[in-house]
Amino acid sequence: MKRLMIAVGAILLACLTLWGASLKLTESSVASGGKRLIIYNWGDYIDPALIKKFEKKTGYQVIYQTFDSNEAMYTKINQGGTAYDLTIPSDYMVTKMRRGKLLRPLALQRIPNRKYLGHDFLHKSFDVKNAYSLPYFWGTLGIVYNDRLVKPGSIKTWDDLWQRRFRHNILLVDSARDMIGMSLASMHYSMNTTNALQLHLAKAKLDQLGPNIKAIISDELKMYMIQNEAAVGVTWSGEAAEMLSNNRHLHYVLPKPYSNLWFDNFVIPKTAKNLAGAYAFINFMLNPKNAAQNAAYVGYASPVQAAWQHLPQAVRRDRSFYPTQKMVKKLMVFKDLPPKMVQKYNDLFLEFKMYAR
Amino acid sequence: MNKHTWLGKIYLWLVLILLYLPIGYLIFYSFSSGRNMNHFKQFTWLHYQTLFQDNRLLAIFLQTILLALLSGLIATAIGTTGAVMIDRLQQKRQQKVFLALNNVLMVSPDVIIGASFLIFFTALGIQLNFGSVLISHVAFSIPIVVLMVLPKLKEMDHTLVDAASDLGASPRQIFSRILIPAMMPGIAAGFFMALTYSLDDFAVTFFVTGNGFTTLSVEIYSRARQGIDLEINALSTIIFLFVLVLVFIYYLLTTRRFKKNGKIGGVIK
Amino acid sequence: MKNKRHPGLFAIPYVLWIAFFVILPILLIVWYSFTNTNQHLTLQNYHTFFANGTFLRMSLNSFWYAFLITLATLLISYPAAYFLTKLKKQQFWLLLIILPTWINLLLKAYAFIGILGRQGLVNQFLQLFGLGPVNMLFTNFGFLLVATYIEIPFMILPIYNAIVAIDPALIQASEDLGASKWQTFRFVLWPLSRAGVESGIQAIFIPSLSLFMLTRLIGGNRVITLGTAIEEYFMTTMNWNMGATIGVILIVMMILVMLLTGNKPAHGRRMHHE
Repeated sequence: MKRLMIAVGAILLACLTLWGASLKLTESSVASGGKRLIIYNWGDYIDPALIKKFEKKTGYQVIYQTFDSNEAMYTKINQGGTAYDLTIPSDYMVTKMRRGKLLRPLALQRIPNRKYLGHDFLHKSFDVKNAYSLPYFWGTLGIVYNDRLVKPGSIKTWDDLWQRRFRHNILLVDSARDMIGMSLASMHYSMNTTNALQLHLAKAKLDQLGPNIKAIISDELKMYMIQNEAAVGVTWSGEAAEMLSNNRHLHYVLPKPYSNLWFDNFVIPKTAKNLAGAYAFINFMLNPKNAAQNAAYVGYASPVQAAWQHLPQAVRRDRSFYPTQKMVKKLMVFKDLPPKMVQKYNDLFLEFKMYAR
Repeated sequence: MNKHTWLGKIYLWLVLILLYLPIGYLIFYSFSSGRNMNHFKQFTWLHYQTLFQDNRLLAIFLQTILLALLSGLIATAIGTTGAVMIDRLQQKRQQKVFLALNNVLMVSPDVIIGASFLIFFTALGIQLNFGSVLISHVAFSIPIVVLMVLPKLKEMDHTLVDAASDLGASPRQIFSRILIPAMMPGIAAGFFMALTYSLDDFAVTFFVTGNGFTTLSVEIYSRARQGIDLEINALSTIIFLFVLVLVFIYYLLTTRRFKKNGKIGGVIK
Repeated sequence: MKNKRHPGLFAIPYVLWIAFFVILPILLIVWYSFTNTNQHLTLQNYHTFFANGTFLRMSLNSFWYAFLITLATLLISYPAAYFLTKLKKQQFWLLLIILPTWINLLLKAYAFIGILGRQGLVNQFLQLFGLGPVNMLFTNFGFLLVATYIEIPFMILPIYNAIVAIDPALIQASEDLGASKWQTFRFVLWPLSRAGVESGIQAIFIPSLSLFMLTRLIGGNRVITLGTAIEEYFMTTMNWNMGATIGVILIVMMILVMLLTGNKPAHGRRMHHE
């Protein structure tokens, strides 16, 4: 009994020490005294140097928390037990959050730097008046291939993925909308279709791809492509940019006939406590120099057109990452479909994964 | 018999090698100057240097251990009383019901536990922070403690308790002199299992954390988006060394205790 | 048994825990499973589950994998637990076996990705013998291997606890009476250690039914279990009702497994002592 008490005491003492030590560590890493600004963003989706710069400039203490999917973020904010001042949902999620009354309308006059945004990236279907959101990054869905295993230029369309030679050599990204959308696009159907027949045809076509698929994964796809584990990967442009910078044998293609155009956007949730800080941060990030620095770090394409001149020529000229206006016009933005349709997409995709052989 | 134990040792060594292979692999590459775990490039301390400058990660590391110790302690206390209670139930049927209820969380998928706790906290208006994570970790660690302690009570000779109380021992004395020593190996095992569960958990924490608190596994998960970072390997090495030291201390303590325990155990048997 | 033994006040926290963290969540999940997204009572979710071949096949798949994982774990763990009881510094060895579980699951999974990969440890080793690269990552074998690896310590521990409690004199007696090694195992060791085996199976079989992280990391989403489906419904589709329905079905399966591996052996041991 006595020994037990000693053990309990020792554990409690250890807890106290750990608590003190961790407090000291976090204290030394942030400027004290400033008002807190809690940002909820995707993992590794901002240049940390910019956060430091913002803190120095404004005196706010930024707390940066991350999520890994729009849905996880939605769940947390919907729960109400959190107090995030700023978050970055994708296009369709902006609509969903707006419908769920989770967003605060943006007072655009408090964000003067919005004038630097390119017109092609505003007034999209998910938020026509930009009343709730401003774009943070944008990009496309495309194909990455390894030129040691695939002849350069031999992949031009989605249909090329169905060729026999890629047997067990393709990595797909684990996302129902994107993968069924890919199949739809390859058949010239709308990537937002609600037509049951088109969806079933798309799923049947995806099933045909089965033997070519090595795995259906998410973030790890990047690592595998860099390590030459597979010949072909279907992924988003920003992810591809990072792969390319790590392995010179990789190339990114924006396949024909068309693909998806997506946006990640600044929004201020209803739970926000530090509005002034949130506006200051959006404005800060839309400053062309900062936007360019961020784009260079993250690898995604910036909607701040005025920032492009600060980017290296090679990046700006690369049509697969910064497609021409004409190409952009052909791309399709995902719409927030009614829950029943979303369910349909997900069910079909789950079924596809079950039988993918 | 001698040959028998010799073979057994070899078998155990093989199992241990299998168990430690991935960990050794992680540690090995924490010294590589390369960017991935495929080819060892050059020996370097670089990843350790970045690790020790990363205050945020270190703080998360400490908080994760704090969480594990604290939740393990609370869960062990509650779980032990639970085991005693179940053991005292007179009807086999009641015992079975409680055991079944006890095991629900053990066998429920983490996602369901996490999701249902999230619904629960939402309904009660509990904020998502260290507190909510602690409560959840205590909750899912309790059943394993019960499962570890209960067999010790079952194999204990219950006539001993009756004899003691016939001889005028108070419930308190019975508890501290007979029950606790008999349960001790189970309690220790339960505590260690609770630690294990807490340190290993990802899914439940993922659901119920928020407002600035993160554990190591959630942090690793969000960092893994960029492919595994060898700084994490360095951290695993540190964790491993840390655990080794703990084990060494524990070992020293138990070897001393064992001599005493031998006597007590003899009495009980 | 004396009637003096009754549950006392000391167990209040435990009972509260059962009420709030076991019964209440189950009720919440059952409630969700019988409602649709508009909170109307319905049986639609169950109808979807049983009318749709996908879910039944998924259940069968999960059962098969869980069975294989449990079997492999048991086959490796039982001898290990047995040999452990023969050693001198048992606590030390036991700690050595628990220790790897303290390194986070995700980390070990990432290590296995490195080990099983095309340029990984195993393939580098095979190349020494001139054998070509073998695909192990994203295969059923790879998935089973890693799942078994993860579960081994959780099986060794309860079996060890059961074997170590057996009076060595019994084994001695059995051998003295001329029983063969196999007979001793079959009629003495196995029945007496069955409680441990059963709690080990309980601790592994059902979590294996619902593995989801490994199916993605190591199985490359080519292995789909009930757990994967639940995760999808809760995290991606946000159709919590369907996710809860699969959860309820899992809980029912769990109850079945627990009834099958009841508490009879404990009874037997008690009788032996008295």
